[in-house]
Amino acid sequence: MSAQSPLQSASAPARIDLAAILREARVTDALEQLDHELVGLAPVKTRLREIAAFLAVEKARSSLGLASGAPSLHMSFTGNPGTGKTTVAQRIAEILHRLGFVRKGHLISVTRDDLVGQYIGHTAPKTKEVLKRAMGGVLFIDEAYYLYRPENERDYGQEAIEILLQVMENQRDDLVVILAGYKERMETFFRSNPGFSSRIAHHIDFPDYSAGELGLIAAGMLERMQYHFDAAAARAFGEYIERRQRQPHFANARSIRNALDRARLRQASRLCAIQGPVDAQALSTITEQDIRASRVFGEASRSE
Amino acid sequence: MMTNSGARLTQGQFSFLPDLTDQQITAQINYALEHGWAIGVEYTDDPHPRNTYWDMYGNPMFDLKDPAGILREINECRKAYPRHYIRVTAFDAARGWETPRMSYIVNRPPVEPGFSLVREERDGRAIRYTLRSYAVDKPEGERY
Repeated sequence: MSAQSPLQSASAPARIDLAAILREARVTDALEQLDHELVGLAPVKTRLREIAAFLAVEKARSSLGLASGAPSLHMSFTGNPGTGKTTVAQRIAEILHRLGFVRKGHLISVTRDDLVGQYIGHTAPKTKEVLKRAMGGVLFIDEAYYLYRPENERDYGQEAIEILLQVMENQRDDLVVILAGYKERMETFFRSNPGFSSRIAHHIDFPDYSAGELGLIAAGMLERMQYHFDAAAARAFGEYIERRQRQPHFANARSIRNALDRARLRQASRLCAIQGPVDAQALSTITEQDIRASRVFGEASRSE
Repeated sequence: MMTNSGARLTQGQFSFLPDLTDQQITAQINYALEHGWAIGVEYTDDPHPRNTYWDMYGNPMFDLKDPAGILREINECRKAYPRHYIRVTAFDAARGWETPRMSYIVNRPPVEPGFSLVREERDGRAIRYTLRSYAVDKPEGERY
């Protein structure tokens, strides 16, 4: 009888290969890709591996019929700007999707504006609309602490928070919420909203990049844009990073990208000033003078 | 003689089948979402077959990826109008279609009295026929 075969196969697997679960779901690939593409962030990567391992164990447990409540997967990402929070969130959405903990695996990135309305009765539909869009995926709330404005007790942010908390609790298997923001302000936010803190299972801190890591990031960005530094420019950029890090409003990888964009601008105007034709080599080389012309060097020499 | 003894309203898809379960509704919504159709939840208590424009519950839902949000909306509508007809429509905005591609009832009143056949006598013994739901004798909102 054909009815017997599923019974037999169900009783067969008493052992489960966890590595095989991760491999089959192509989670190992996703983690390795993350290792390759993102420089540094060692603690974040360790945490992601732990979470992936935990989810694989949960999956194995449920397939063996052991107790496995839907794990709480809501996370908080804290760290300075430009430390890769959004990028990592995208990867997490992918990993969760591959392991089957979210159904579609898309990432909806929102800020206070998308959740909080402008007049009474506007907030609830707005927040619900966003939540509906995020169902089956990951909702990434950037600068989440803006939702709570203690100085204004009639602020509509509170309403959005209440709806969020309700959905985070009751529809845990429908969506995963990631809150992101600066470390100190997020801590204040969690202290004043204990409901959030207790519903978030994973607090992940994103460290600042070291100068060496920023150099690697710059090299990677240039490679993707098909530019390169000549030897003197590479040295100058190393110096640039060190000076820029000491200045205010340093936004890690984002500052590096902006610096490279400005270097490309200067390279372009330098090339246009040259009379006569240029070759591919000249078009893709950024020289020392493109870097040294930066305001960062100017201010330093003026103050010295 | 009664031809439709249960007097169940048969409009839209699946209306000759038993009521859809939430799981089946989810599968149907998923089908619509895969095609990129916008989904609306509508309700009425006037079951006349030519009553095409039902009241919309909330806004039509665009750009959704997952049925969970829509099912939530359906359940909220069921809570607000437990004794009304509620249907789900999937609108295809593609050029050349621009029309609902799916429409099915997801909630009906506990008792459906059905329709009476009204005969109107005209000049010269001519007769015109029309349908009238027994439910619409009462004012809107008190029908079921």
